[in-house]
Amino acid sequence: MNDEVATFVGPAIEWFSVSPIVVLLGGALLLLLVGSLTPQWRRGGYGLASAVIALTAIVLLVFLWRDISSSGPKLLVGGALALDHFAVLASIAICSAVVLVSLVTSDYLASENADSPEIYALYLTAAIGGIVMAASNDLVVLFLGLETLSLSLYLLAASNRKRTQSQEAGLKYFILGGFASAFFLYGVALTYGTTGSTRLVDINLALNSYITVPRNDTLLLVGVGLMLIGFGFKVSLVPFQAWTPDVYQGSPTPVTAFMASVGKVAALVALVRVFVTAFPSRADDWGPVVLVLSALTLIVGSVVAIIQVDVKRMLAYSSISHAGFILVGLEVSSHRSSPDVGDGLIAIGVYVALYAALVVGTFSVVTVVAQNTNDGATSLDAFKGLGKRKPLLALAMTVLLLAQAGVPLTSGFVAKFGIIQAAVAIGSYGLAVIAMVCAVIAAFVYLRIMVSMWSSEAMTTEPFKVSFFSAISIAIAVVVTLVIGVLPSLLLDLTSNLPQLASK
Amino acid sequence: MISANTEVLNFPILTMLVILPVIGSIVVALLGKSRPEWMKLSALISSVTTAALSLWLLGVFKSGEAGFQFVSQHEWIRQWGISWHLGVDGISLFLVVLTGILFPLVIVGIDPHHDETSYFAWMLLLQAGVMGSFLSLDLFLFFVMFEIVLVPMYFLIAGWGYDQRIYAALKFFLYTMAGSAFMLVGIIATVVLAHRDLGVVTFDLVKIAEGANFSTTAGRWLFLSFAIAFAVKVPLFPFHTWLPDAHTQAPTGGSVILAGVLLKMGTYGFLRFGVYLFPQAAMWARPAIFTLAVIGIIYGAIAATMQRDLKRLVAYSSVAHLGFIVLGTFALSSQAVTGAVMQMVNHGVSTGALFLLVGMIYERRHTREIAELRGIQHVAPIFAGVFTVVMLSSVGLPGLNGFVGEFLILIGSFGPARWWTVVATVGVVLAALYLLWAYQRVFHGEPDEANSSFKEITIREGLLMSVFVAIIVVSGIYPKPILDRIEPSVAALISHVEGQTK
Repeated sequence: MNDEVATFVGPAIEWFSVSPIVVLLGGALLLLLVGSLTPQWRRGGYGLASAVIALTAIVLLVFLWRDISSSGPKLLVGGALALDHFAVLASIAICSAVVLVSLVTSDYLASENADSPEIYALYLTAAIGGIVMAASNDLVVLFLGLETLSLSLYLLAASNRKRTQSQEAGLKYFILGGFASAFFLYGVALTYGTTGSTRLVDINLALNSYITVPRNDTLLLVGVGLMLIGFGFKVSLVPFQAWTPDVYQGSPTPVTAFMASVGKVAALVALVRVFVTAFPSRADDWGPVVLVLSALTLIVGSVVAIIQVDVKRMLAYSSISHAGFILVGLEVSSHRSSPDVGDGLIAIGVYVALYAALVVGTFSVVTVVAQNTNDGATSLDAFKGLGKRKPLLALAMTVLLLAQAGVPLTSGFVAKFGIIQAAVAIGSYGLAVIAMVCAVIAAFVYLRIMVSMWSSEAMTTEPFKVSFFSAISIAIAVVVTLVIGVLPSLLLDLTSNLPQLASK
Repeated sequence: MISANTEVLNFPILTMLVILPVIGSIVVALLGKSRPEWMKLSALISSVTTAALSLWLLGVFKSGEAGFQFVSQHEWIRQWGISWHLGVDGISLFLVVLTGILFPLVIVGIDPHHDETSYFAWMLLLQAGVMGSFLSLDLFLFFVMFEIVLVPMYFLIAGWGYDQRIYAALKFFLYTMAGSAFMLVGIIATVVLAHRDLGVVTFDLVKIAEGANFSTTAGRWLFLSFAIAFAVKVPLFPFHTWLPDAHTQAPTGGSVILAGVLLKMGTYGFLRFGVYLFPQAAMWARPAIFTLAVIGIIYGAIAATMQRDLKRLVAYSSVAHLGFIVLGTFALSSQAVTGAVMQMVNHGVSTGALFLLVGMIYERRHTREIAELRGIQHVAPIFAGVFTVVMLSSVGLPGLNGFVGEFLILIGSFGPARWWTVVATVGVVLAALYLLWAYQRVFHGEPDEANSSFKEITIREGLLMSVFVAIIVVSGIYPKPILDRIEPSVAALISHVEGQTK
């Protein structure tokens, strides 16, 4: 036993390549430590610190991006993590979401008189989990990231101790999330049992080896299916979406923004990587399943959104239908014989990056509006007359909502266009049409919010306050939405290497 | 063959036609709060300059040439083969001019009554979108413009409309967006399939139309995906149900623009994209489209006869008139298509003017119920006179513009679509019926108490209407200059269709 320990050689770690994670981890610990040892910081202090930490990570990620552009994608830490454009893009989206959400949160907590460093430390920890998920090349490492992210999110959902809805949301999320993790883990176990590895790349090699190994394909497919169920819960695909509206509604709104952006981006990117890297050889088996899931998710997400009266619930369902849209890209990636199969990954990368900014911006507006009601309500009524009380805020929300609906000259259209183009290029006309029709149905929901803002009289005449940091965060989201909407080349220029996932 | 005639012109006139209203709109939005008095002025300046530019375009447009003129092409999204590609030919020229002059008239002539800043800002954005739709020679750019138009129009209806405005605005937005959802998939599929023939990914309309060779089945599906979007926009029976609501609930300015140019985006789209890209499929779909168009003509006319609301009557008359335009478009004979293009403009002028007049009646009487109005001719003879001219143009009286277009359409359609044309002719008679009957009820008879104080047309209204009346009379008596510019492009399109369907 001792001999084994003595001869164990740890994998080489390229410290620079994992530096974003190190920065986030160090930042989180430092923030927690210093924050708890010092008296209450000035307003916005914690939020700014968290934003700066995440910004540092973004800068490092940009350096990594350029490294990959010049020297190609590679695997890190003995093949546990993948360093490629796909992972880095998702990580940048995650860290940007942390920056924006931190700013909004600091205003939100200040208005609740509850500003403290823990929330931000949890954001940073969750972001680490998200980045690990997005970059993991190993099912066990993926699970590690998943749990890091999920545990932080459970706490964040329940973080408003004054509201029972927040407690309820946390508990609900915790129980269902635990279920999902169990499903996922069982799937990992079965896959390991059949292929003898948890490394995505090695799983693929094992499934493709020329030497016929007696293997139980049923077990493998059950394993893949269980993993898909686990992911389905995390990214709220129909029929695993039931928790989403309740949790989104009950959680503090900035946390909802965080869940809808970071949580979703990380899980979707991980889902895509697992299926594209480890199981391309079984694409004919999971492709149709993904097709059905994505059609169901699109339809249920957009149709059920119509009957909601609470804006957070509406946006929860809209986030479900967005996930359906992204899944169309995964369906594209299952058509391996087509030369355009790479378009699917590009479309997914572009979509998640733009979606993150969009959804954070939208929920930031909801946060600000809720702060200005007596009871923090987010019903449609709370938005009445916003166009008269705060025209600029209403205009920003209008831009963000139009982008979510996929109206041209906004980033939402660029994202949707990429997905539809990829789907049509490989011949999935049916799914493309379903996705577009669902986008129209979903548009009805966004129009309802716009009607409330512009065409109704305000319920109260109390002064409406927009805090500084929230305004900045919303402004950034709107600028990204419009600039990428008008000049998509800025983003598309960068994405040509997205389909090259790290494999050695 | 239609060739991209790259005109070397130092001044990017077409780009300016699209950009200028956008700039105007931004200026209006910025000035609105601090300098309300300059705000309206800048709205006026930007729209009048656009109008002047469009008239200048009419002047320098080379008549007798078939190809696209003043082409301006710049790379936009390289990765997707998308460019900022504008051009104008005989088919789009008069729609562009109409868009150019209709907006300043609406901006000068109609008061929004409240929230002027946003009203003018949306109006100008709308103008940019409509301009862009008529000028785009890139499928992606066209889609962007076609779709972006919904946003300002939605806000105009929802913000300044009548009682049911929210419902009407939602219906308008969702119907049209649902149509374009199919078109987006169709556009992408067109580009993907054309890629195999052309070797490059491009959204360039001319390159695809001239170079791509779609299989029969693919062409039909693609045509259908475009046709749905345009049929909703036109609107063709049975996709028309949004129109009466949107028209009736929209503010007068919105109705004028809607009838004047917005609906033409559908008929124009059929011609420019449907027929040009997929001639074979268009030929194949002809019987169905003829039938729908003729049903629209008869149904629109009958429904118009039944209406008790004057504005709704005009709205249904639009359904009938656009049926004629679609009939002419798909007859695909030189005369019929020329007539259809001409009729697009005529309908814009005469129905736009009718909506203005109905708006004026509403301003005075605060009702549009035909039953409430009576004997206006006695108290406001000039107003009644103007209404008569506009109405007769809409009916298609010889000597006025409506006759030229309708006559060409019917003559040109008789060969390719004989029995449909015969039925459509009944629609001409019905048009006379519903409009004259409405006129009789509103203007004849003795005015009762409420109508006896009906105010005569004001100078501002008179000047506004005189522009419309002048266009109606001049182009009715001497349509040759207009037809001379339309015909070569139409002839080129027809020979393109014939070449592809041999």
